Amino acid sequence: MSTQDQEQAATQNLTLVQSVRDALATEMELDDEVLVMGEDVGKNGGVFRATEGLYDEFGEDRVIDTPLAESGIIGTAVGMAAMGLKPVPEIQFSGFAYPGFDQIVSHMARLRTRSRSRYTLPMVLRMPYGGGIRAPEHHSESKEAFYAHEAGLKVVIPSTPYDTKGLLISAIRDPDPVVFMEPKLIYRAFRGDVPEGDYEVPIGEAVTRREGSDVSVFTYGAMTRPTMEAAEELAGEGIDAEVVDLRTVSPMDREAIVESFKKTGRACVVHEAPKTGGLAGEITATLQEEALLYQEAPVTRVTGYDVPYPLYALEDYYLPNAARVADGIKEAAEF
Amino acid sequence: MSTLERDPDDGMVQVIDEEGGVVGDVPDLSEDEFVAMYRHMKLARHFDERAVSLQRQGRMGTYPPLSGQEGAQVGSAMALAEDDWMVPSYREHGAAMVRGLPLKETLLYWMGDERGSHIPEDANIFTPAVPIASQIPHATGMAWADKLKHDGETDRAFICYFGDGATSEGDFHEGLNFAGVFDTPNVFFCNNNQWAISVPRERQTASETLAQKAVAYGFEGVQIDGMDPLAVYKATAEALEKAKNPDEGERRPTLIEAVQYRFGAHTTADDPSVYREDDEVEQWKAKDPIPRLERFLRGQGVLDDDRVAEVEESVREEVADAIDAAESTVRPDPESMFEHVFAEQTPEIRRQAEEFAQLRERHGDEAFVEE
Repeated sequence: MSTQDQEQAATQNLTLVQSVRDALATEMELDDEVLVMGEDVGKNGGVFRATEGLYDEFGEDRVIDTPLAESGIIGTAVGMAAMGLKPVPEIQFSGFAYPGFDQIVSHMARLRTRSRSRYTLPMVLRMPYGGGIRAPEHHSESKEAFYAHEAGLKVVIPSTPYDTKGLLISAIRDPDPVVFMEPKLIYRAFRGDVPEGDYEVPIGEAVTRREGSDVSVFTYGAMTRPTMEAAEELAGEGIDAEVVDLRTVSPMDREAIVESFKKTGRACVVHEAPKTGGLAGEITATLQEEALLYQEAPVTRVTGYDVPYPLYALEDYYLPNAARVADGIKEAAEF
Repeated sequence: MSTLERDPDDGMVQVIDEEGGVVGDVPDLSEDEFVAMYRHMKLARHFDERAVSLQRQGRMGTYPPLSGQEGAQVGSAMALAEDDWMVPSYREHGAAMVRGLPLKETLLYWMGDERGSHIPEDANIFTPAVPIASQIPHATGMAWADKLKHDGETDRAFICYFGDGATSEGDFHEGLNFAGVFDTPNVFFCNNNQWAISVPRERQTASETLAQKAVAYGFEGVQIDGMDPLAVYKATAEALEKAKNPDEGERRPTLIEAVQYRFGAHTTADDPSVYREDDEVEQWKAKDPIPRLERFLRGQGVLDDDRVAEVEESVREEVADAIDAAESTVRPDPESMFEHVFAEQTPEIRRQAEEFAQLRERHGDEAFVEE
């Protein structure tokens, strides 16, 4: 969408979860093949209201309350997509995706390859992820690395209402399967301007949230907020941090990552997922492969710990916050 | 009376007995169709024997034999209309062949060449799934999609094949449960060949039959003699018809349990003599679907020595030609590994493909390929 169109389009002030709903409604309006399915997505409008009102608007054949069965939801969506529909199945919490994990890795990710593109899967698997909402066990994990590790899947994690709508529309229009992970901590944390009508934010492109010259900070999803806070705070201390929001973790925008790093020579990576095997390792490896001679300091990682996600009495200690992020940035800056 | 409406206590549905004698209603097939059924079964058997032998000679990788199961595969596949769909597991080469999958493709697939899993565009066959039962939700989703696209009406049915072991998996439950709830035009065809590798049918479930599991999903289940191709044809045809045109108040899906036996190993990688007795195998071999159909057709005057010899000769030729074609196919281009991941290559996949091309140039293919 051009800048001129953006100015002309009416905007709404939406929360992130409202923009999920808006993206679904927009695409369902434009394309009869798009349908939503999952547990409680219909009459109830989704446990987070991400599908609120869609059932009344589009009917039970396009906003489908399914049995409680993640493998069944994902597996039947695979069959639907292979037959040319564009299903958008919802997994209520990412922590409950695992009964459907076989369908994700064995079929969603592989059907195009296996069939030599005779069968393709234009489907989007939505799931809220991440901690900080004082939820019971299994409701707070951040396991994007599982999906990013799997060839054949694209993994998108938005951090603003504008991006959420544009990225979800791009994901629905993408001819290949996309895992769309929604940062539920910031579902309602703030509002942002979201144009009415359809527009795309391209998958695979990072965005610089804050320009800076001293340290590059790479993050995504819910961690973008504490990272921005930390960057603002450090500006007062004379450290000018650049914040790059990846938006898509697979395929990762390596070019943007390397370009920012070449400018600063220092980097800090922030994610709430555990450290070992997390995407910070991938980013760090990319930097040393592609920009070693620009490197001025060890790359620091601010992440969740390598422990099972704690019940919520302790989750504030587990999750990176602005103070921890600021420490990580400083460590890179002051080395 | 419809095969599907029988009292389960009557035992398995049978049309011809082990001697080829008629014990049920013979389906209304033309002479040509009967001969085609016989030929397909002979072709599947001969293909199977040659494939096992290719594996033994190191000319093909691990292969899952189907001998003993030709009646179930051919009988059911022949009941499909052209627009119907087949969602197979990895053992349905016989059924897929009936639906138009060239033998050469099947050979290429088991020779480790991805091109063998490309289904011709005009054949309504889904790409085979290896993880047990995982194709069942796909079949339900495909049938459901067809129904949704046609406002609840559908003139196509979707048959899904799986084995007795699959009925223990969660995806069996989830796929059939969704089918019942959303009343999808499916036929779930269970090839109960008695063994899931080394684990017998009794170890999969304490249910008396597998067919009875359908009751829990709200639709019909029927147990048939899976080594009687005519019973298979009849039951499948009725189930397909019901999937497309159910009577008032009738659910579309059906679970068919086709009782049969795999004469050979699960795959060429196991030795069945470790887990089952020869006596058992001999007992089941007496039910072999091929001589059984042959006896019936000879009795009907449809087959005689000359026609049988003709069929055998043409089957031998067809399989030999397919093996020649597969073996003379040039190995896949190594860089094709990077294709068909996404509609468009991502920058990272492109970069890795370029790196790979340089590696090959630097070292030559002999540095990578072990013969």
